[in-house]
Amino acid sequence: MFLYNLRLARMSLMKQPLLTTLMVSAIGIGVGACMTILTFVYVLSSDPIPEKSDELFAVRLDSWNPEQPYDDDKPEEAPWQLTHPDAMALLESEVPTRHAAMRKAVYTVVPDNPEVAPFSNIARMTGGDFFEMFQVPFVYGSSWGPSADENAENVVVLGHETNDKLFGGANSVGKTVTFGTEVFTVVGVIDDWQPHVLFYDMNNGETNPVEDIFMPFTISDRREIAGAGNTNCWKDEQIDGYFDLLQSECVYVQFWAELNSPEQKAEYQRWLDEYTEGQKALGRFERPTNNRLSTVTEWMKVQDVVEDEVLVVMSIGFLFLTACLVNTIGLILARFIAKGPIIGLRRALGASKGAIFKQHLVEVGLVGVAGGVLGLILSRLGIMGVQRMLSDSDNLGALNLDLLLITFGIAVISAIVAGLYPTWRVCQLPPAGYLKTQ
Amino acid sequence: MEFRPILSAMLRNKTGSVLVALQIALTLSIVVNCMFMAKQRIDHVNRPSGMDTDNIIAVSSLGFGADYNHDRTIDNDLRLLREMPGVVAASHSSGVPMNGSGSADGFAGSPDEDASRTSANYYHVDEQMLDTLGTKLAAGRMFRDVEIRRADDELLRRMPPQVVITQALADKLFDGEPALGKRMYNGLGESAEVVGILEHMYGAWVSWSDFDQVAMFPQRTEGPHIRYIVRAEPGKRDELIPLIEKALADSDRTRLIRGVSSMEESTRQSYESDYAIAVTLSVAVILLLGVTGLGIVGLASFTVRQRTKQIGTRRAIGARKRDIIRYFLIENWLMTTIGIVLGTVLTVAINYSLASAFDTDQLNYAFLLAGMFMLWLLGFLAVAEPARRAAQVSPAIATRTV
Repeated sequence: MFLYNLRLARMSLMKQPLLTTLMVSAIGIGVGACMTILTFVYVLSSDPIPEKSDELFAVRLDSWNPEQPYDDDKPEEAPWQLTHPDAMALLESEVPTRHAAMRKAVYTVVPDNPEVAPFSNIARMTGGDFFEMFQVPFVYGSSWGPSADENAENVVVLGHETNDKLFGGANSVGKTVTFGTEVFTVVGVIDDWQPHVLFYDMNNGETNPVEDIFMPFTISDRREIAGAGNTNCWKDEQIDGYFDLLQSECVYVQFWAELNSPEQKAEYQRWLDEYTEGQKALGRFERPTNNRLSTVTEWMKVQDVVEDEVLVVMSIGFLFLTACLVNTIGLILARFIAKGPIIGLRRALGASKGAIFKQHLVEVGLVGVAGGVLGLILSRLGIMGVQRMLSDSDNLGALNLDLLLITFGIAVISAIVAGLYPTWRVCQLPPAGYLKTQ
Repeated sequence: MEFRPILSAMLRNKTGSVLVALQIALTLSIVVNCMFMAKQRIDHVNRPSGMDTDNIIAVSSLGFGADYNHDRTIDNDLRLLREMPGVVAASHSSGVPMNGSGSADGFAGSPDEDASRTSANYYHVDEQMLDTLGTKLAAGRMFRDVEIRRADDELLRRMPPQVVITQALADKLFDGEPALGKRMYNGLGESAEVVGILEHMYGAWVSWSDFDQVAMFPQRTEGPHIRYIVRAEPGKRDELIPLIEKALADSDRTRLIRGVSSMEESTRQSYESDYAIAVTLSVAVILLLGVTGLGIVGLASFTVRQRTKQIGTRRAIGARKRDIIRYFLIENWLMTTIGIVLGTVLTVAINYSLASAFDTDQLNYAFLLAGMFMLWLLGFLAVAEPARRAAQVSPAIATRTV
C-alpha cells in the first residue's frame, strides 16, 4: 500500500513540475538556512569530551577585588583563572586523581638544521597529568613523569606539526629541541587531537587550535617565559617584571582536576575552602568564600561559548523556516484542491477518507524528503560560506549522523505539518460535486 | 472601483488569502529585523577609526638569541624602516590598534584615592606615532624624541612624565574641562602630564564600549617582543610587506619576524563576526524575498488557471483586458496590505522579544517603512505576469463549456 501511495505521489508531483519545484525549494531553503546556523550552535554546545566531562572540573577560587566581582554580569562567579601562587599551592593537594595547572606561552624554536629558519609557536605550559586527564592520544612516547613536574625539567611533548617540521615526522623521542637558548628533550609526540571547543582554555577564543608544544608548567616558576594568554589584574600593586607578576594577584593560570566520585569532589571542595580560609588569615581572599568546581559543560555555559548573537541569528533562522512553511502550505493547498476531480473519482470508487488522507500524507512526506536533500546541500554551502568568513571555525562544520537526522527530521516534519491542513481539507471535499462535471 | 466584489470573492476563499497575508506578514517582520540588524553591524564596522588604516603595515618581532639586544635591534630596525623607499613614517609600538590584543588600565583625573577611575587602552610609542597612524592632534603636542624611554632605562616600569590621550578619554577624566596640562593618575598614585590631545582614534578591542579611550606613553616596551607600525605611501602597502619582512629578517639573526601584515587585514579579522552576521542576515533577506515572491507567483498562476472559466465569462459579458488585470492587481494589493498591517505588529513584537532576550537594540522605524514599500513592490511584481496571462484568456472559453 505504501509503495502504491508512493507511486501515486510521484506521479502527482511530476504532473505539476513548477508547483512541485516551488514547494521543494521553499522547504529546502528554509531547512538549509535553519540548519546552517543550527549546526554551529549544535557543535559549539556539544560536549567536547563526552567520555569523562562529568569527572573533569575547572577549578576557580575567588581571589578578586573585595570591592567588585570579577564579572559584573555574573557576580556569583569566581574569576575565570587563578593566580600563579594559588595554582602552585593547589598542585600540592593529593585529593584529585589527576590535576594540572596550565597557561599559554610563546616559544621560539631554533632548529639544529640551519636550513630551517627559526620559528615561533604557541606552547602550553602544563602538568604531566594533562594528557591522560584529557585522553590525548600519543604517536610516540608518552607524557613526562611527576619528577619532571617537580624539578621543572626541560622536557617537551610535541604536536604533529612541529614534529613534522623538525624531524620529518619520525620518532623524535629522546632527541633534543632548542627553544630560544635552552635545550629540551622530547618525551612524546601527540597524534591529531582537536576538541571542537578548546574547553581547557577558553580565554583566548573558544575555537582556537590546540597548542603544538607542551612543557612542564613548573618551568614558569623557575625562569622567565613569554606568557601569551589573557591576564587580568585588579589590585594596585607595583609589578616590576616577570617574577613580580608571578607573585601578584593577577590571574592567568587555568587549573583542571579530575575527580571521579561525588565524595572525592566534596573532599576536594573542602580542601579548597580550607586553603582559602588559610589565605584569608594572610589578608588575601577578602571576598566571601566562593571556590568553584565546574564540569566541562557547566564551564562552557559560564563562558557563554554560544554567544547571544549566535542565538539571535538562530531565532531568525527558525522564523525564516516558519515563513517558508506558510509558503509551502499555500502551495500544497492549491495543488490538492486542483486535484479535486480525481479525488472525487477515487472516493466514488470506494476509497475511504482515511486512504485519501494517507495517500496525500505520503505525497507531502515525499516533498519533505526532497526538501531535506536540498536543505542538506544548501546548509553545507551555507556552512562553507560562514566558515570562509570566520577564522578558527574549521572544527565547527563537521557533518555527523545526528545533524543528518536532524536535517531530515526537520524537513519531513515541516512538510507534514505544512501538509496536514491541506490534506484534511482535501478529504472534506464532497465527491459528488466533482463527479458531476466529469 | 470593484473593491466590494473582490473582497467578497476573497472572503469566499478565506484560506488562500489568509495564507498569502500571513506569508507577507512573516516576510516583512523577518526582512525588517534582518535589515536593521545587518545595518547596525555594517555601521559598527564602518565607524571612522581616525587612522590611515588602508596604508598601515604592522610588524611583530621577537628576540630569542643569547646576543639579542632589544634597544639596539629597535634602533637598527627603525633606521632601516624609515629609509625604505615608499615608507612615510615608522614607529615602534606596544600594540597595533584594532587588532584585538592590547592592554588597558584604570586612570583618574585626580590623585584622590576614591576618585572614580575610567578604563583606557594604552600604548607605548615613540615621537613619530601620530604621523605613522595618521591621527591628528586636537590640542597640545606630541612627544619629543628625548622623552622616549629606552628599554634599558631603569625607570621603564614607572609611569613616564608625559601622556597623550584621546579627546574621549580627556572628557571622561576631566568631565569635559580642558585637559591640556592636567595630570592623569594610575592606581599606584603615579601620574603623567597630559601634553597632547588626539582628536580621535581607537584602541584594541572593537566591541569594547570604551574603544575610543586611548592613552599613549613615550617609551619602548620591555623586550624581547616589539611591534613596528609602518605607514606606506598610498598604493605601496602591498609591495612593501614582503620587502619589509625580508629586510628585517636579514638584518638581525637574533630575533624572529613573527609576521608582517596590513592593518586592514587585522582590522577585518577583528570585525569578522560583524561581517559574518551582516552577510548571513542579508543572504536571509534575499532568499526570503525570493521564496515569498515565487510563492506568490505560484499561487497567483494557480488561481488564474482555476478561474479561467470565470475570467472568460467576465470577458464575454464586456470586461476589458485591463479590467481583468486590475482585478488581480487589486486582489493582490488587498492581501499584501492586510499582510503588511499584520506584519508591522509582528515586526515590532519580534524586535521587542529579541531586545528583551538578547539585549539587542530597538528598531529604527525607517527600516519598517522601507520594508513595507519593498513588499508592496514585491507583491506587485509577483502578480504582474499571472495577471497579464489572465487577461489573455479568450472570451470564447466561457461559451465552450457552459
